[in-house]
Amino acid sequence: MSAPDEKPKGRKWAIWLPLVLFGGFFVLVMNGLIRPAARDVESAMVGKPLPEFALPAATPDLPGLATADFKQGEPRLLNVFASWCVPCAAEAPQLDELRRVQVPIDGVAIRDREQDIARFLARYGNPFASIGKDDISEVQLGIGSSGVPETFVIDGNGIIRYQHIGPIMEGDVKTILVEFDKAREPL
Amino acid sequence: MTRLIAFLALLLAAPVMAQDQLPPAPYAYRQLEDPAQEEKAQALMETLRCLKCQSQSIADSDASMAGDMRNQVRQRIKAGEEPEAIRAWLVERYGDYVSYKPELTTLTWPLFAAPLVLLLLALLLLRKRFVRRPDAPAGEQA
Repeated sequence: MSAPDEKPKGRKWAIWLPLVLFGGFFVLVMNGLIRPAARDVESAMVGKPLPEFALPAATPDLPGLATADFKQGEPRLLNVFASWCVPCAAEAPQLDELRRVQVPIDGVAIRDREQDIARFLARYGNPFASIGKDDISEVQLGIGSSGVPETFVIDGNGIIRYQHIGPIMEGDVKTILVEFDKAREPL
Repeated sequence: MTRLIAFLALLLAAPVMAQDQLPPAPYAYRQLEDPAQEEKAQALMETLRCLKCQSQSIADSDASMAGDMRNQVRQRIKAGEEPEAIRAWLVERYGDYVSYKPELTTLTWPLFAAPLVLLLLALLLLRKRFVRRPDAPAGEQA
């Protein structure tokens, strides 16, 4: 009787090992459920030049958009948006604020119709200097953007310097302005 | 608080509202005319991640962005580009995340090495068990 009892004595704690393992696993899974990892896909194009593109005008009032427009020596914002995108409406006041402090903003309208864009601009204001119409997400794929809205800071040589994923909210305006100022210095 | 709730509601609403009115891109839902090319495109599309619905491939997804990515893939294949060049083009833009194809890199090598190491370890541990010790009684062999 005594012999079998003695043998595992040194490893008595081992009986708790499965429970501890389970506990660890449980914490890991719950952590993943409660605070899921960010699903944002960052563009790998930051620091690289814009791809070549020439988009037709999205509204009769504003010109279209081409790569050459971003090579005029001054930084600009490139805002990827769509009239069918609700968060794009949420960032409209912030874009307006940026425009008021002399930040030039160009839009790329993704898979959008002219009449819808016109209605969107009439309703939420128009912060854009020009808007290109991208019906096959060509520019979006070209600059590594994976959704709407996204905003890119492009420097005066057409190099992508910064990417903001999602709508620009109140707290983001400052960051955008800082990145915009940084883009005045060429890389 | 109200603004926060309103903003969260907006986030929730986005996928529901993300419906554009445009017809799909030319090759989003149409196969290439050349069956050999279409086969190449299909094989590639099954290993590319849809960036909207991130656990689907662009071949599986009905998101309009996946449609535009299929269009991009098919048109490039049609123009004679090699599938791996198209994959590289997308990886250059979105990082390795966009590709489902397992790659052996400085980051991923432990995934490939771990099974081999474990197998070796198991063999090493079992080796002792398979050896009959001459002094042990036959009944106590594991």
